[in-house]
Amino acid sequence: MSAAALPAPAARKGLNRWQFWGRALIAPYVVVFAVFVLYPVCYGLWLARHPASYVKLIDDPIFFRTAINTIVFIVVGINLKMLAALALSGFFVQARWWIRILAVLFILPWAVPSIPTILSVRFMLNPEWGVINTTIFRLTGLDGPNWLNDPTLALGFSMLMHVWKSLPFWTLILVAGRLAIPGEQYEAASVDGATRWQKFRFITWPSLRGLYLTSTILSMIWTLGDFNSVYLLTGGGPADLTHVLATLGIRYLRLDQVDLAMASIVVALPLVLPLVYFMMKRLSK
Amino acid sequence: MKRKAIAAEARLLLIGIPVFLWTAIPIYHLLLFAISGRDSATSGRLWPTHPTLQNFSIVFHQQHFYLNHFWVQLGNSLVIALTVGALTLLVATAAAFAISRLKVRGGRLVMNLALFTYFIPAAFLAVPMYKTMGNYGLLNNQWALILAMVTIAAPYCIWVLKQASDKLPWELDEAARIDGASPLQLFRLVYLPLMVPSLVAVGTYALLLAWNEYLYAFLLLSRDDSVTLAVALGNFLAADDSPWELLMATGLVYALPPAAIYYAFRRYMVSGLTAGAVKS
Repeated sequence: MSAAALPAPAARKGLNRWQFWGRALIAPYVVVFAVFVLYPVCYGLWLARHPASYVKLIDDPIFFRTAINTIVFIVVGINLKMLAALALSGFFVQARWWIRILAVLFILPWAVPSIPTILSVRFMLNPEWGVINTTIFRLTGLDGPNWLNDPTLALGFSMLMHVWKSLPFWTLILVAGRLAIPGEQYEAASVDGATRWQKFRFITWPSLRGLYLTSTILSMIWTLGDFNSVYLLTGGGPADLTHVLATLGIRYLRLDQVDLAMASIVVALPLVLPLVYFMMKRLSK
Repeated sequence: MKRKAIAAEARLLLIGIPVFLWTAIPIYHLLLFAISGRDSATSGRLWPTHPTLQNFSIVFHQQHFYLNHFWVQLGNSLVIALTVGALTLLVATAAAFAISRLKVRGGRLVMNLALFTYFIPAAFLAVPMYKTMGNYGLLNNQWALILAMVTIAAPYCIWVLKQASDKLPWELDEAARIDGASPLQLFRLVYLPLMVPSLVAVGTYALLLAWNEYLYAFLLLSRDDSVTLAVALGNFLAADDSPWELLMATGLVYALPPAAIYYAFRRYMVSGLTAGAVKS
């Protein structure tokens, strides 16, 4: 064996060693994925294979109401939240000492767990003892409305609860987006006498548009899975009229109707998968 | 000019005050209940006439039917959150290192699968996850919740760590390889020290996610002495005449640690967690 041939096997062995450790280190996650994502998803789809489940689902009057609620929640709730986040991000980038302090407080709804705060709001809305109706009674002598007993109001409050909880996060994201815009652009615009609206329209929005769109879509996907804002505030009631898909699936599960639970999720997939595909294309770049 | 400045300031306040009230009212209401006596809590006053720590004493001494297992449940929350944080960190760091620095074959595919998991709405995965845990015989076992939370937390952690890791210069790896470092030495001596800020961010993220989780905990655990504090709080809803002031006091105890951790690591959290988002 010549000396020159020696490094080659060593190099190949070296390469193998790097690939070997690569596989060894990625293996734990692959196992987690296979056991707790791939298998459950396949098993779930298998449970939802019977056409009869879908017929039963469509025949359930609660399902129709739930579908409407979910669409309202997504279309109205998310757009409201993202527009508010866009506006507030413009507020929080202002350099003021008190705005910096307010920003620290503003993040609290996102930083604390949702149960205590949602239950706090639930008690505020209690028709007899809640602080809102107590105040209405003290001021006017009249009984306030039974807020959560009206499906429209109850769903509205669930949406507000969701906005309250997740608005800080999206505002923070858009603040980061705004801070990435070079300040000279605004200075130049000011020199040219641009109005506040023109600065937003021609400098801020073009830079923020991509981030805003991504955030909106991501928020839509996640909001489909928001169980807490509805369940802990209204419990799906009154009379199961404020369910969204997230709570309806769990309701069927608790009633031991797993095929219906899976079917209610599968019918949402045509809406969810394109959004997921869009996000994956965007983030895996 | 001065008047214009004042007008601008007033306009900002016009936004700032509603934002302050919107944020503070539910939290203040929670606090107010927690320090009010049974009857004065609903009086509608802005500050109780006799603020009291009595509620906390009842909670800490477990002197109520709903609170019989308070300390055990607090401990459950803590142990589960810490285990999820540690396990997620382990799994995610190893995977991100293998994908980003070792360029393992199939790494890109695994990254995409992880991202796919990240985008599945949590409540949608909960239904098949519940059935699966039943098949595995893990229902009512705390490992079910731990493994479910690792599954949910890991994808985002891998993604954030991979983004941060891709920014490290390749020369470091090459230098280490030339010096004859093994993959594990590269991992331990070069990679981990440089990744500390991101590791803190994702570890905290996973820990808080597990501590705050309600849905999965409520589905996967049911025995009074094995549930987390989140589930115990939800159980207060079972009856109409629940002791609100005790619920609020317990809720405050439950909410304080994550808030404190968040503020302690805010520097890491904000930069670590928003960096990826801004890029797209």
